[in-house]
Amino acid sequence: MSTATDTSRPAADVELRVDLGAAPGRLTLDNPVMTASGCAANGPELHRFFDVRELGAFVTKTVMREPRSGRGTPRMAETPSGMLNSIGLQGPGIAAFVDTDLAWLAAHGARVLVSIAGGTGTEFAEVAATLAASEHVDSVIGVEVNISCPNVANRGQVFACDPGASARVMTLVREALPRDTPIIAKLSPDVTDIVDIASACLKAGASGLTMINTTLGMVVDLDRMRPQVAGVTGGLSGPAVRPIAVRAVWQVASAMREGRLPPAPIIGVGGIRTGRDALELIAVGATAVQVGTATFNDPMAPVRVRDELAEELARRGYASVRNAVGAALT
Amino acid sequence: MRAAVSSDVVSVTAELVATRRAGEYQHLTFVAPGVAERARPGHFVALSVGGPTTAHLLRRCFSIHRVTPSGTYGGTVDVVVSAVGPGTRWITELRPHDTTGVIGPLGRPFPLPTEGVACVLVGGGYGSAPLFWLAEMLRERGCRVEMILGAATESRLFGVVEARRTADAVTICTDDGTAGRKGWVSEALPDMIDACGARVVYACGPMGMLSAVSSIAAAHGAVAQVAVEEAMACGVGVCMTCVLPVRDKHGTTRMVRSCVDGPVFRGDRVRWDAFADGLCTVPDDAHGATGMRAH
Ligand SMILES: Cc1cc2nc3c(=O)[nH]c(=O)nc-3n(C[C@H](O)[C@H](O)[C@H](O)COP(=O)(O)OP(=O)(O)OC[C@H]3O[C@@H](n4cnc5c(N)ncnc54)[C@H](O)[C@@H]3O)c2cc1C
Ligand SMILES: Cc1cc2nc3c(=O)[nH]c(=O)nc-3n(C[C@H](O)[C@H](O)[C@H](O)COP(=O)(O)O)c2cc1C
Ligand code: FES
Repeated sequence: MSTATDTSRPAADVELRVDLGAAPGRLTLDNPVMTASGCAANGPELHRFFDVRELGAFVTKTVMREPRSGRGTPRMAETPSGMLNSIGLQGPGIAAFVDTDLAWLAAHGARVLVSIAGGTGTEFAEVAATLAASEHVDSVIGVEVNISCPNVANRGQVFACDPGASARVMTLVREALPRDTPIIAKLSPDVTDIVDIASACLKAGASGLTMINTTLGMVVDLDRMRPQVAGVTGGLSGPAVRPIAVRAVWQVASAMREGRLPPAPIIGVGGIRTGRDALELIAVGATAVQVGTATFNDPMAPVRVRDELAEELARRGYASVRNAVGAALT
Repeated sequence: MRAAVSSDVVSVTAELVATRRAGEYQHLTFVAPGVAERARPGHFVALSVGGPTTAHLLRRCFSIHRVTPSGTYGGTVDVVVSAVGPGTRWITELRPHDTTGVIGPLGRPFPLPTEGVACVLVGGGYGSAPLFWLAEMLRERGCRVEMILGAATESRLFGVVEARRTADAVTICTDDGTAGRKGWVSEALPDMIDACGARVVYACGPMGMLSAVSSIAAAHGAVAQVAVEEAMACGVGVCMTCVLPVRDKHGTTRMVRSCVDGPVFRGDRVRWDAFADGLCTVPDDAHGATGMRAH
């Protein structure tokens, strides 16, 4: 949908364009590096450090139907090579999001992957429908469906742990959006068999997958002898979780190779800090990648990772990033 | 590291040029090109810790103590650091010529009065660090400046000599009476506001102190401008960890980011009632609080 062009070329002479569409050629990104939902706010903050058009796509903070205050504080704890967070999906609600945040991103030429969530399947669909009706929908290259949020109907168990609930969400979101809109299901690593969940999502209408969301963790404040974050448990992210992301992408991509799953683009996320880390996820089958927690260390991390990735590919003799996708799959 | 593109903030590799003990704190001077020229009192910087392969991914934030836009080495930035954990310990152990990443200036600075009114500046512990530079700017505008510095004990006071040099009057308080009067800054503040007819009270220090300063200022007809300290993961507005409940100008309470909407807030706008025992809860009437109750 968006046709904005790249504003700066990476140093190494490597073709960085990738296809994320349901069908080849339907959705081409100038490069495979995106922000990660909740790690980049909604545009203006990082635009102080680099032009948002330099990204393959800008992934927005997960938005729900109503405005949300988020949880109390402390909301975070630093952990070895990572952090724990318990934000509680703070956000303006979808109506204010499209009027303000999406409008800003559209005006600045970003290609936007909008992350949505809901407490019920119906809420997911309503959020998607409001987005589809927005005057700024042309800047939207797709919808990332964050199913790592509590399902009201199932005592707060997250949708992503239940293939049936995940599938229902995908079906309802698919019905709420124009037929050709890419729908990317964002999966949780905290499941018994991630291939099962991936399968349920793809069969129900998802056109791609993002892996992984944070993994549940906990930190204790020993001075106060209580959990360190106000939400008690939190999501663990950063380089500490990268091997989990590599494993998850590898499992799902392998299942696709073996014909146990329909082929679909995978976006790899989890612990990417350098171009080398990005290539690791690409090598096990990710077509594109997102940079999350590393942005807190270096606000320029997403564009730096893009440039480093080009160098890593060039050094290994790859003329195009496409050739490296799945190169380490057996 | 590449330089940032925007005109109001830079991300640079900074070299330490001087470090010295100051009571229980370490006072460090970094060459950070671009930060000094853009900074105002109340701004802060975010320092990376542990070197390029560090396992401490999150930046540590510090008030800017002072800046020298064109020193011998180029623009320098001074910070005053209390070693309380691994990151601050790493910073206090840096030696001259060591480097680390600095992003700044960040946040919103202290607003300055348009007229030459009397002001009281209150600093708790290292919280006094940004106040001397502020005092100089206020006096340049014709403001009378009185300062109160407080700490648990004498070694945790920062800048007593500097305070005497920059302010029109100085009061020192320590909890244990090792320096100045024994007691809290909040005990000395009411008389000081009344005596000089202060219209603005600027404060930086622990949250309990800021809460007390805010209510005293309000009761004595002064506006409080307080610099809060909330745990921050990014310092640049992208993570949503550093929030606190603050009323906007229409009276609606919102969970706002202290790194971009603060760290300086009007004391009477902060919902101090939400803070207790090291936690901050979301007030029931906050914008978006009902959205949380659904799930
Ligand atoms: C705007 C602002 C100005 C500050 N100015 C100063 C100053 O001038 N001098 C000074 O000594 N300290 C200052 N602090 C506090 C300082 O940032 C923390 O003490 C420091 O981050 C702790 O890091 P650590 O690794 O030693 O401790 P740890 O407790 O191990 O820190 C772990 C993590 O929590 C975060 N964190 C923990 N405590 C705080 C805190 N109080 N504030 C912010 N983040 C925290 C750190 O960023 C880090 O990510 C300021 C904080 C803020 C927000
Ligand atoms: C502070 C914070 C907030 C996050 N918020 C969201 C969110 O709103 N929606 C979402 O799908 N993922 C969210 N995530 C997860 C990230 O998008 C990403 O999947 C995860 O952190 C792993 O990547 P990383 O290690 O690069 O951060 C958040 C992560 C962090 C650290
Ligand atoms: S510290 Fe990340 S948003 Fe304020």
